[in-house]
Amino acid sequence: MDILLLLFVFVLAAFLGFELIQKVPSQLHTPLMSGSNAISGITIVGAILAVRSESGLGMWIGFAALVLATINVVGGYMVTDRMLGMFKGKDAKKK
Amino acid sequence: MDNQIVDFAYIIAAVLFIFGIKMLGSAATARKGNLMSSLGMGLAVVATLIAGGFSWTFVIVGIAVGGLIGVICAKKVQMTGMPELVALFNGFGGLASVLVGWAEFAKDPTFGENALIKSIAVVLAILIGGITFTGSIVAYLKLSGKVGGAPTVFPGQKFVNALVLLGIVVVGVLFAMNPSATLLYTLIGLSCLLGVLGVIPIGGGDMPVVISFLNSCSGLAASAAGFVIFNNVLIVAGCLVGASGLILTVIMCKAMNRTLGNVFFGGFGAAGTKQEIEGEMKAISVDDAYYVLEAAQSVVVVPGYGMAVAQAQHVTRELGEVLEENGCEVRYAIHPVAGRMPGHMNVLLAEADVPYEQLCEMDDVNPTMETVDVAIVVGANDVVNPAALEDEGCAIYGMPIINVHQARTVFALKRGQGAGFSGLVNTLFFRENTRMIYGDAKETLTNLVAQFKD
Repeated sequence: MDILLLLFVFVLAAFLGFELIQKVPSQLHTPLMSGSNAISGITIVGAILAVRSESGLGMWIGFAALVLATINVVGGYMVTDRMLGMFKGKDAKKK
Repeated sequence: MDNQIVDFAYIIAAVLFIFGIKMLGSAATARKGNLMSSLGMGLAVVATLIAGGFSWTFVIVGIAVGGLIGVICAKKVQMTGMPELVALFNGFGGLASVLVGWAEFAKDPTFGENALIKSIAVVLAILIGGITFTGSIVAYLKLSGKVGGAPTVFPGQKFVNALVLLGIVVVGVLFAMNPSATLLYTLIGLSCLLGVLGVIPIGGGDMPVVISFLNSCSGLAASAAGFVIFNNVLIVAGCLVGASGLILTVIMCKAMNRTLGNVFFGGFGAAGTKQEIEGEMKAISVDDAYYVLEAAQSVVVVPGYGMAVAQAQHVTRELGEVLEENGCEVRYAIHPVAGRMPGHMNVLLAEADVPYEQLCEMDDVNPTMETVDVAIVVGANDVVNPAALEDEGCAIYGMPIINVHQARTVFALKRGQGAGFSGLVNTLFFRENTRMIYGDAKETLTNLVAQFKD
C-alpha cells in the first residue's frame, strides 16, 4: 500500500479521535481509558502476522508479542465491562 | 483467502472501534460501546487468522495463554487496584509493539521494499513502545506501592535524560539509514531506559496525567507498528487511542492548572516557602459530629485517594443513605484528579452502588457550596486546599479546587496531623469552620452510621 495513503489515514484518524472524545463526562474517564487501552491491543494483529515469519527468532518474538497483546486485549475489555456493569442510575439500583 | 476481503473486514473493525469509543462517552451507552469495540477487535483477529499462512500451534497457544492471564487479572482485580492494572496492561501493549517491530527486523534485516519507511517506522514503534512499556511498569510499581510513590530525583537528572534522548535520536537515524542488529538492541535498551527515567521523578499525585499520557503512547506505538507492517487497521485504531489519550491528558493537566512539560520536568514542590498559618486544627469527636450531621439539610462528600486506601467507599455510601433517610440532600463532589487515575473515585463509588446522579463534577458543586451545611472530606487533601486559590507561593497555586471551605461546616477525616502526600500544608484544616475527625476513615464512618441507626 502507498505510504502516503497510510499517512493520510493516520491524520484523518487523529482528527476523528479528537472529535470523538471532546465531551466525555469525567465519571467515564476510567472506563474510557481502560476501554481505549484495550483497543491499543490491536497490535495483536501485527503479532499474529509476525508469527507468520519463517526465521526461528522472529517467530518466537512474534509469539511473545502475541501473548502480551492478548493479555492487553482480553483483560482490557473484560475489566472495562466489569467496571461499566457497576455504573447504574437510581432506578436500576433500587431493584 | 482474498486480501481484499481481509481489508474489508479491517474497515468494518475500524468502524466498530469508532462507534465503540463514541458510545463510551455517555453513561447510558458505555457498556454497549465497549462490547461493540470488542466485536471489532474480534473481527480484526478472525480476519487475520483466516488469511492464514502461519503456525497454528503458536497462534493458538499464544492466544490461549494470553487470554487466560487476561481473564484472571480482569476477574481478580479489586476496584481500588484498577489504576495499577490499567498501567500494567498498558505496558504489555507497549512491549507488544516493540516486539512487532523487532520481529519484522528478524524476518528480513534489509526490510526489502520500502526499506527506509519501514526502518523509520521500526524506530518509532520501538521508541514509543519501549517508553510505554517501562514507563507503565514503573507507574505500576508506584501505584501498587511496591516502590515508594515519592518522586525519585538525583542531581543532573535532566541532563542524563537529555543525553539518553540524544542517544536515541542518533542511534535511530543510524538504524534508519543502515539497519543492524546491534543498533536495534541499543535502541531497545535506550528506549526502555528513557521510560524508567521519565517516570521515576513523577510523584503519586501526578499519576492521573502520567497514566493517560502513557495510554496515549501505547496507541501511538500500535499505530507505528501499523506502519511497520503496512496495516491500516493498526494505524487507525492506534491513532484513535493516541488522540483520545492525549485529550484525557490535557483535561487532567488543566484540572491541575499545569502543563504537560511542567508535570514531566517541573520538579513538583521544589519551590514553596513556609507559609505562616493562622489558627489551629480543631478536632471533633464522632459523637459531636453526629449531632451536626443529624441537623444538616445538605451534605457534600468529597472523596480522595485516602478513601481508596482505607477501602471506605461502601461505608461512605452507607452514611449517604442514612443521611438521606434523615431528610438530608447528599451529593458527592469529585475533583477531576482525585485519586490515582482519571475518574478513579467515580469507579469506587459506583462499585459501592452510589447512583451516578449523585456524583457531581467540581464546576457544578462549587457555585452551590455556600448553601451546604456540612462538607465531609474523606481522604482528599490537595484538591480541597484553599491555598491553591490564595497563596501565590504555594506549589499548587492556580489549581481549581472544590471550595469546601465555603461550606458552613467542614469535617475532614484524616489519619493523623501530618501533611498530605504532596508535602503541602493544607490551610483548610486550620480554618474557623473546619473540624478534624482523626482516625481511620472507614472506622470513623462506620461509627457515624452506627450513631444514626441507634
